[in-house]
Amino acid sequence: MLKMNNLCKSFRTELVETHALRNFTFSVEEGDFVSVTGPSGSGKTTFLNIAGLLENHTSGSYLLDGIDVQTLSDKQRSNLRNEKIGFIFQSFNLIPDLDLFDNVDVPLRYRGLSRSERHQRIKESLERVGLANRMKHLPSQLSGGQQQRVAIARALAGKPRFLLADEPTGNLDSQMAKSVMSLLQEINQQGTTIVMVTHDPELAMQTSRNVFVRDGQISEAETILPLAAASNQ
Amino acid sequence: MFIYYMKLAIKSIRRNIWLSSLMVLAVALGIGACMTTITVNYMMSANPIPHKSDQLFYVQLDNWGPHFPFNDENEPPDQVTWRDANNLMQHDRFKQVAMGTSGGVIESDNREIKPFMAGIRLTYTTFFNLFEPPFLYGGPWQPTADKNSEQVVVLSKKTNQQVFGGENSVGRTLTIAGNRFRVVGVLDDYEPIPRFYDVTTGAFQSPEDVFMPLTLKLPLELGSSGNNSCWKDPDGDGFEGFLMSECINYQFWVQLDNAAEQEQYMSFLNAYVEEQKALGRFPRPLNNRISSVMEWMEIQEVVADDAQIMMWLAALFLLVCLLNTVGLLLSKYATRTADIALRRAIGAPKQAIFSQYITESALIGIIGGVLGLVLALAGIEAVKSMYGDFVSEHVAIDLTMVTVAIALAVISSVLAGCYPAYKACSVPPATQLRNQ
Repeated sequence: MLKMNNLCKSFRTELVETHALRNFTFSVEEGDFVSVTGPSGSGKTTFLNIAGLLENHTSGSYLLDGIDVQTLSDKQRSNLRNEKIGFIFQSFNLIPDLDLFDNVDVPLRYRGLSRSERHQRIKESLERVGLANRMKHLPSQLSGGQQQRVAIARALAGKPRFLLADEPTGNLDSQMAKSVMSLLQEINQQGTTIVMVTHDPELAMQTSRNVFVRDGQISEAETILPLAAASNQ
Repeated sequence: MFIYYMKLAIKSIRRNIWLSSLMVLAVALGIGACMTTITVNYMMSANPIPHKSDQLFYVQLDNWGPHFPFNDENEPPDQVTWRDANNLMQHDRFKQVAMGTSGGVIESDNREIKPFMAGIRLTYTTFFNLFEPPFLYGGPWQPTADKNSEQVVVLSKKTNQQVFGGENSVGRTLTIAGNRFRVVGVLDDYEPIPRFYDVTTGAFQSPEDVFMPLTLKLPLELGSSGNNSCWKDPDGDGFEGFLMSECINYQFWVQLDNAAEQEQYMSFLNAYVEEQKALGRFPRPLNNRISSVMEWMEIQEVVADDAQIMMWLAALFLLVCLLNTVGLLLSKYATRTADIALRRAIGAPKQAIFSQYITESALIGIIGGVLGLVLALAGIEAVKSMYGDFVSEHVAIDLTMVTVAIALAVISSVLAGCYPAYKACSVPPATQLRNQ
């Protein structure tokens, strides 16, 4: 589903060239729940941005559902993001002056769906995260955990093939983090592939596979063994 | 998507109400200034007789002195002499009219009405045929009245109101400049804008109070008014001597329905001047001219220079306002980078972000345009005090100007919004999301 082969990403200024990813080879299969861990500055977010088509890589190849994304135009990349990928961010990134309904509506607007289909999808996805009764509330009227649930609903409304989550529990207390993590696991069990960047080894252990990134490369030695895998051994 | 963008634009305007108000005000001020001056220019440059302005031609003959032209551009004089006006009118195979102005006191037979000074247009009956002023009562005098110098008049509606209380006065008499006249017709409302048939005394004057045959000028010794220019002293003495001089004081028009007639008429004019040259007149090279109504308005620079300068200054002011709007939009959109980055991340192509922000600019333009119209109305009130009564009566914002104002506001705002919208859609989403 997602295949990165010898992927490199470097940022260049007049004086310095920084290699964020180096020969990064990585793949995700349908139905995986992969956690990506690593210290700050290791390249996790750069990986996630490239995986989510928010940035271009410098060299190597990246195939998403068999499509070589490097050759796509801005519009094609936008369409691919809209149709195949759902994003969940650490800081929720809800639009403050839109109510929950309109926030979840945002990605659907760019897909050209009919009004009735959009309404149905919004309702379904908000029901799925347990917030269907608060459709007309503004994000500021919700707790952090609820806001992250709205962000998940927004990602789910587009019925993406896979979700990219960047520290989805980073801004939540442990109770709320647990509840969001359960929701992600439930979504994964229903067939959605998830790639989650996290600092938290406990969260990483709850995923089906872990990838540890250091200095822009995958470090096999430091990979966390997920609980499910550990119990099988 | 347009409705969605409009909804987002309304939310955005309400979110930053002060910044949005500043932009609306900037657009409104620019549009207000522009519309005020455009309205004045539009009214001044309107075609006063659109259905036949291409068939009516003003006639110029160069009878000026041998040593210097009438003006620096070697234009023929803007009026003709009494002698040429009368000579040309003898040729009735063309629909021509000669005219001049005079003035006199009107005395009603009703002693309760005080005598008053009136402007007189001395002309031929063809005036009414060529320029088609509407009649309320009666009609033009007969051609025989021109030939026989009959003392007949056509009154303006206002004069008929003053002298006869607005009744049908055809057949009644009144005294003008000490002579008795019989009323043959009364005009209905007639205010050509500009008063094209004689712009030498001001293009934005009202038509005269009284119209009477030009052929009465000599027998009644009716004085001349308007611009009287001479390149040499009269050869003869007295009233007739002055009339027969080379002084120009008369306007001359002809109706020519097609190119062939125009050619024939020019040949006729040239032949006439050659004939006069043989008699010792017209010392300058052949330089006759006919100009259609709108050409003549242009030659005479009917739209005042200061009005045009004001229009250009207003356009510059609009430009400054728009540059301010560009700055305000840039600062407004700079606060929206998180929103833009998010939309880009979840699937909005650049073009969608561009459209969203251009729609917001257009909405600001519409609101600014409406407010600008209100300011333009105030501006026109100010201009009325500068241009006097005529403008006061005739310069107003009509439906065309409302449409132009809104269109101008929207186009200007959209143009002003292009760069900020381009900047907005160029926000790299990854960088912005990382900075959240």
